[in-house]
Amino acid sequence: MIRGSFTELLIIAVLAAFAATVPLVANGYWLSVCVTGMMYIALATSWSMFSGPTHYISLATAAFFGLGGYLLATGMSDYQQPFWLMLAIVPFTGAVLAALIGLATLRLSGVYFVIFTLGLAEMIRNLVSWIQNNFLGSRGLYVLTDYTERHIYWMLLAVAATVYMLGWLINRSRLGFSLRIIGGDETVARHVGINTATAKVILFITTGFFGALVGGILAPRYSYIEPNQVFSPQLSFLVVIIALLGGSGRLWGPLVGVIPFTILWELVQTYFPNQTTLFLGVVFLVIVYFLPHGVVGRLEQALEQVRKRR
Amino acid sequence: MARAKLRVERVTKRFGGLVAVDGLSFDVNEREVLGIIGPNGSGKTTMLNMMSGAFKPTEGFISLSDRQISGKAAQTIARAGVGRTFQLVRLLPGLTVLENVVAGAVFGHRRQWGQSAKMVALRMMERVNLNISPNAPITELTYIDQKRVELARALCGEPNILLLDEWLAGLNPTELEAGIDLIKTLQEEGRTIILVEHVMGAIRSLCDKCVVMASGAKIAEGSPEQVLADPEVIRAYLGDEDE
Repeated sequence: MIRGSFTELLIIAVLAAFAATVPLVANGYWLSVCVTGMMYIALATSWSMFSGPTHYISLATAAFFGLGGYLLATGMSDYQQPFWLMLAIVPFTGAVLAALIGLATLRLSGVYFVIFTLGLAEMIRNLVSWIQNNFLGSRGLYVLTDYTERHIYWMLLAVAATVYMLGWLINRSRLGFSLRIIGGDETVARHVGINTATAKVILFITTGFFGALVGGILAPRYSYIEPNQVFSPQLSFLVVIIALLGGSGRLWGPLVGVIPFTILWELVQTYFPNQTTLFLGVVFLVIVYFLPHGVVGRLEQALEQVRKRR
Repeated sequence: MARAKLRVERVTKRFGGLVAVDGLSFDVNEREVLGIIGPNGSGKTTMLNMMSGAFKPTEGFISLSDRQISGKAAQTIARAGVGRTFQLVRLLPGLTVLENVVAGAVFGHRRQWGQSAKMVALRMMERVNLNISPNAPITELTYIDQKRVELARALCGEPNILLLDEWLAGLNPTELEAGIDLIKTLQEEGRTIILVEHVMGAIRSLCDKCVVMASGAKIAEGSPEQVLADPEVIRAYLGDEDE
């Protein structure tokens, strides 16, 4: 019933300490790749905290990410508010949005939940574009700060470490156990005494909080923010694919998926810029056919077989 | 054991135009074993589902120790002290045997956590004669052991009342004998139990009283001997002589 050992936490702490030194040795292109990778680690791990145990596939990441980035940009560009003040505000707006989605989708499960979250993210993107075009006079916003890729990387690392720590604590709690039961059979969960709605909404709010925070942190990287960029539905799919590739059954699964995927994704974008969607489709098929429980699931399976042979 | 008395008053459940349960009333006293019997489709499981909160009654009331539970969510009813098993065994495939069982202790009527919950789960596994490694995957269990896991999970919550939905169905003769003996030991502990069952041998040997349902309505109530000899009950099961 309790998942996540202290050894696991120690390994992650060592990895985080090692990761913190990356900007000291990497710069330019490779630092940029690392920023992207760290963004995916934070987003995919927080996605996994909710969707991993419950099996509710959320495609709302772009909505939270976009909301965070766009709100931060609006505050800085239109209202001259400082970056840190806006960064303190945006995660809570993500959390409120997640709470509203959570309450609206309490009775939805399976494919209906997936479609709802995708539709909602698209609706928000179009709504923001429409407001921007009709009332605010321009399509984009400027986020001008002194923060470089190096600072953004460290901020993302701090968020990723916080997400991981929170996930580790949840895995060791009654809430974490309740999510695994909900994922197994929601009817059983209710009949053993779990308030399934509360558990799901709490975790979804966490996902929304961190999604918006990551969006806010990334805003200075783009400098110029426009809705189609930060609310891109591709981000939602990428996060799901990364989490599934690594394995969403374990908290460290997405971490395993991020490294190979980010490198491959960068290579495809560089050498085959017109075939990115094709690449995503192939990766998704590979996961479905060969790695249904991700790389971590395959590793655990192999270890189990070795143990049985002994 | 805590006092428990379940009262069902004029409960009706409609699904659109279909009346699954029609104005049913009965009481279950503390330490009593009540059998709900009747032909397939007579509304027994629907009644049980209303008692556990899976369905809300269209009309009528259900109360546990004078506290109304009808219309409340399943988790509220579970925490109030109603434990149940399902007609088709519902286990959690990604969890070990111990994790399946301990869920009842962690979230049920007596909410426990950590080592104390684990101890309760291990005790209940032993209580239902589940002689298997607590860390075994659920997929390796025999059918009766799956049923034992489900029963242990329900008992872990230390329920005031236990609802068993065809717990003995699908067992072979040896398993059936063991199953009846197991429920008998629960009865001897003074537990209040409601059984939905088709196995008449079990009904005769376990139940203090029976409610017989046909087409959603109660057609008889009394001791197993009384109701099984009732001509209307025989007709409900076997049909009229000239049919």
